[in-house]
Amino acid sequence: MTYLYFPARLAWRQLVHDRTKLIAAIFGVLFACVLVFMQLGFKDSLYASAASAPSRLSGDLFLMHKQSEAMWRPVNFKRSELMRTLGHPAVAQVSPLYIALAPFKNIETEVKRTLMVYGFNPDAQLFDINNVRNMHGELQLKDTVLFDEYSRPEFGPIRQLLEAGQNVTEINDYKLKIIGTFQLGVSFAADGNVVTSDLNFMRIFPNKKPGDIELGVIKLHPGASIKQVQAELSSLLNEFVNIFTFEELLEYEKLYWSNTAPIGFIFGFGTVMGLVVGLVIVYQILFTDIANYRNEFATLKAMGYQHGYFIRVVFASAFFLAILGFIPGYILSLGLYHLAESQIFMPMPMSFSKVTTVFFFILSMCATASFLAIRKLKDANPADMF
Amino acid sequence: MPALIDVHNLDFSFGSGELTQPVLKNVTISINKGEVVLMTGPSGSGKTTFLTIIGGLRQASNGSVKVLDQQLINSTEQVKVKVRQQTGYIFQQHNLLKPLTALQNVSMTLEMHNHMTERERLTQAADMLKAVGLGDRLNYKPEQLSGGQRQRVSIARALVGKPRIVLADEPTASLDKQSGQDAVGILKQLAKELGTTILLVTHDYRILDIADRVVELEDGMIQNA
Ligand SMILES: Nc1ncnc2c1ncn2[C@@H]1O[C@H](COP(=O)(O)OP(=O)(O)OP(=O)(O)O)[C@@H](O)[C@H]1O
Ligand SMILES: [Mg+2]
Repeated sequence: MTYLYFPARLAWRQLVHDRTKLIAAIFGVLFACVLVFMQLGFKDSLYASAASAPSRLSGDLFLMHKQSEAMWRPVNFKRSELMRTLGHPAVAQVSPLYIALAPFKNIETEVKRTLMVYGFNPDAQLFDINNVRNMHGELQLKDTVLFDEYSRPEFGPIRQLLEAGQNVTEINDYKLKIIGTFQLGVSFAADGNVVTSDLNFMRIFPNKKPGDIELGVIKLHPGASIKQVQAELSSLLNEFVNIFTFEELLEYEKLYWSNTAPIGFIFGFGTVMGLVVGLVIVYQILFTDIANYRNEFATLKAMGYQHGYFIRVVFASAFFLAILGFIPGYILSLGLYHLAESQIFMPMPMSFSKVTTVFFFILSMCATASFLAIRKLKDANPADMF
Repeated sequence: MPALIDVHNLDFSFGSGELTQPVLKNVTISINKGEVVLMTGPSGSGKTTFLTIIGGLRQASNGSVKVLDQQLINSTEQVKVKVRQQTGYIFQQHNLLKPLTALQNVSMTLEMHNHMTERERLTQAADMLKAVGLGDRLNYKPEQLSGGQRQRVSIARALVGKPRIVLADEPTASLDKQSGQDAVGILKQLAKELGTTILLVTHDYRILDIADRVVELEDGMIQNA
């Protein structure tokens, strides 16, 4: 116990002796901590929201053009390609999903803002979202849409407007009626969502050909092996079509954001920069402490203290700084997460795994700073003391 | 009486090749248990260098240096650490840890002795501080003490582990006459009680009277061993 306790106690006494330096060091760690929390929070939120629409799809296999980088920027392909899969005995039902971005007119301000429009045969039940399921009959009517009430507030307080009987607006300059709301959520690609029937979709986008589809959703008979059907179908399909299982589709969407889009890189970069800044500050503090205590350490070495003792002192200092910076950093980040959720409507959950990840990052950062700083201990040479 | 420090034909030089600078030449000296030896000599004559070799702080490779029955010539780090732990050092600078109180500084010496409890360490440290006349300054930090008081704390720190040898290099250099004499007086008195051997380097001729023996080092050679 004394092996760690004595050096840790000395480290602690040194830290609290110089309050100004301690506070500076804590701020350094806190800064890194908050930066990493925010970067990770935004990144996870991005991935979660990017996959929010696909994760609510209900289907077993999905067809997508090979050039579709993600669902929100699709390249269309022929509906006949989807229809061909009906030849497979395990396939029960196939439905096209039409996806496009379009300007939506705010009912109150008349300002137009782009949102995502999903069109499909309502009876096919492509989305596993309560209100979308329940209102499939009403959605069949001409010029009707359902609005995502988790869309950004810039589209207007649709729910209240509907209650007040104001339900007429324009999408892509086409006049239609909002007949209800559902709950999906925004993503980096779309600030809002509406769903409508395939027929209405064609009315909103008059240049759109029903034969060109963005996504093909395949439902299999119960008991069919999805993997096996996937393999059999893919040999049947044209080579420019991808066939994904549900999990593969989600993975593909996430991969787009982490690899293809620079955003994954940007967040990674932000995280690394936060840690580097924290590292430099902690290193600087540890380094000057060793430099300041050089003579004292050399004296202790002369008295018989061994090199390892001082290494433990440095690591203990770094450990205390990690803890002292992490706790306020965590609390501050928690507040910022709530702020982000309420102000920019991004889901930012403070998950336990995120807390442990960030703490691990901060610990590694402080440990690295120690590794760099302990080289300075060599300057504490007892032979130069007399 | 057995010699605690036994040096034979010690040669030591700094640098290598053409830049070799011989500092100690054929030094031979033995110091017995309980003896108080003062070493004087002109600046640059090698006194400090000699002290660092005896204290196991610097590696020498020619001759024989036996301290506490350990051969320090070409010794391992373990042997040197063993010697250091039985040696008390007093430097010209006090080198007390600023964040620690006098009591905590002194008990740092005892933290290397694992068999003691914290209470025993603090009691012994407090007793030693009382012995150097600082019983009422136990919880003062170094910067709240005068120069002479700090040097007395470092004497307490050197002696609290009951070392067999005390090595001191100009311990009075930063003190005025009175506090210098007080500090060395306390050092000698406590060392005599504990039977500790003292090797003290000084330019300060006012304290020569505490010595059992005075040796003079000149140009790396002992003049009157
Ligand atoms: N680390 C070193 N590297 C090289 N040369 C050194 C080193 N330390 C001391 N010397 C040289 O060794 C010689 C003896 O130095 P030392 O410090 O032992 O003298 P000293 O007798 O203690 O002098 P003073 O009374 O001034 O303290 C000097 O010429 C000095 O320049
Ligand atoms: Mg000297």
